[in-house]
Amino acid sequence: MIWWLAFRAILHREALRFLGQRGRLVAALVRPLVWLLVFAAGFRAALGLSIIPPYQTYITYEIYITPGLCGMICLFNGMQSSLSLVYDREMGSMRLLLTAPLPRWWLLLAKVTAGAMISLLQCAAFLAIAAGVGIHMPWQGYIVAIPAILLAGLMLGALGLMLSSFIRQLENFAGVMNFVIFPMFFLSSALYPLWKMKEASPLLAQICAVNPFTHAVELIRFALYLQPNLAAAGWVLLALMVFGAAALWGYDPARGMQARKGS
Amino acid sequence: MRRLAAALLLTATPLIPAPIHAGEIWVTNEKDDTVSVIDTDTLEVIKTYPTGERPRGVTFSKDFRRLYICASDSDTVQVMDPDTGEILHDLPSGEDPEQFVLAPDDRHLYIANEDDAITTVVDTQSRQVVAQIDVGVEPEGMAISPDGKIAITTSETTNMAHWIDTATHKLFANTLVDSRPRHAEFTADGSQLWVSAEIGGTVTVFSVADQQELGKVHFAIAGVNDDLIQPVGFKFSPDGKRAFVALGPANHVAVVDTASYEVTNYILTGRRVWHMAWSPDQSQLFTTNGVSGDVTVIDVARETPVKSIKVGRFPWGAAMRP
Repeated sequence: MIWWLAFRAILHREALRFLGQRGRLVAALVRPLVWLLVFAAGFRAALGLSIIPPYQTYITYEIYITPGLCGMICLFNGMQSSLSLVYDREMGSMRLLLTAPLPRWWLLLAKVTAGAMISLLQCAAFLAIAAGVGIHMPWQGYIVAIPAILLAGLMLGALGLMLSSFIRQLENFAGVMNFVIFPMFFLSSALYPLWKMKEASPLLAQICAVNPFTHAVELIRFALYLQPNLAAAGWVLLALMVFGAAALWGYDPARGMQARKGS
Repeated sequence: MRRLAAALLLTATPLIPAPIHAGEIWVTNEKDDTVSVIDTDTLEVIKTYPTGERPRGVTFSKDFRRLYICASDSDTVQVMDPDTGEILHDLPSGEDPEQFVLAPDDRHLYIANEDDAITTVVDTQSRQVVAQIDVGVEPEGMAISPDGKIAITTSETTNMAHWIDTATHKLFANTLVDSRPRHAEFTADGSQLWVSAEIGGTVTVFSVADQQELGKVHFAIAGVNDDLIQPVGFKFSPDGKRAFVALGPANHVAVVDTASYEVTNYILTGRRVWHMAWSPDQSQLFTTNGVSGDVTVIDVARETPVKSIKVGRFPWGAAMRP
């Protein structure tokens, strides 16, 4: 019972924080919408023509990047959660959270789940606006995509959690932007299909193929078109376990980075 | 917030896909010298039959027991048994037959002979040429009025629609259209004739009663150069309210309101979309995409592409068999 209470409390706190920061919702939506409505319009003709799964016919570039932009929302939100943890540490509220009489993994899981739920809400709002400007998916796809977006959100949240155990100060967040978010986003299938990347450089295509963010995007993309992608799901699950284990290690007071840093 | 997101999602969901009824779409592959048969139920190619050289125009007899194929480089119209794929016999067609139309009497074929600047009328029963009519240079598009009294040939170089009286086999009018007319169709009530002009980038609408121009359809697609917008084949919707116009290398089919002549939508297809055919229940439209070598299936109610099916090289004409 107390486990559930803690879970709900963490979820509630994240929801309050999210609702309290109206600017964050606006920013979370404006970012992918700028990509969708400005960037995609400019690159409409540049993609070239090729039908790749899960698509069964020719698509516009806007349709191609929509699942990638859902991934982008999860990625930024995961990183934002890690930023909030660094903030919590500086403010001292993390000490309170981590001293709760519950296993640490449960508290961290609650934190990551809360972040994934917020990612899901943001993706829903984004997809609704996209549909409003004529970018439709099969309607069942919106439902099937829910677990895919949640899984992607959990994996990227776990990545954020892992990173937050390494970052001591808010100022270092710029480094996360430069060394994590941008490479993960650009070296993925979010903006261009892998075959297009292969034309530019086979090495880049291989890097994209092992990037867990690529698989998160493909998982969402296939789910939106009602097709299973077990390979992508497997990759995302594996990445979730690796990042989750690393975060647990990082937050373990006896062994992790926290101990070494003396916090 | 969650409620808002759910409400937004609900309003955003598109409609349920239209039902599909089984039938076949027969597609001529210009470079492969074959016809591909697509099952409209599974949306897959189920058969491929060899034909004469460079098959282009294609149509069925009214009972769907014979398939007529313009084998352009073989200088003949072939008659195929669609059940076996066997070529039953050839019809005399004049040189380089490109397109044709079967008269409502199910007997006479009106064939455009591109290289000879003539329209040939062939009796499919006696297998004899009934008449040859001089028309403009490089005739291509062929149409016949629903009552069978008027045949139309469009000539690519003369830029005209030639109006033929089918009783006398004489031209009774010639009307100018924009550059390189490709295809002509009568509306179901026979009151209007629509003619597409590939280089002109327009579709001209004529009143059949007096051959006067009623209006023109113009096209513009965001992000596509105007010179790539080349209207070719088109079909009217079953209710006659919409026309679906293939725009060649613009890789789109335009949806035109037949009352206002305004374009209401553009549908993305494969490369160099050329001609099209309806599914038996007319819920789907199949477009031949020459350069990409496939056929795009359009959901007519939602005006969205559903699937692109690989066929042979350079698919050109399409005909439906229920």
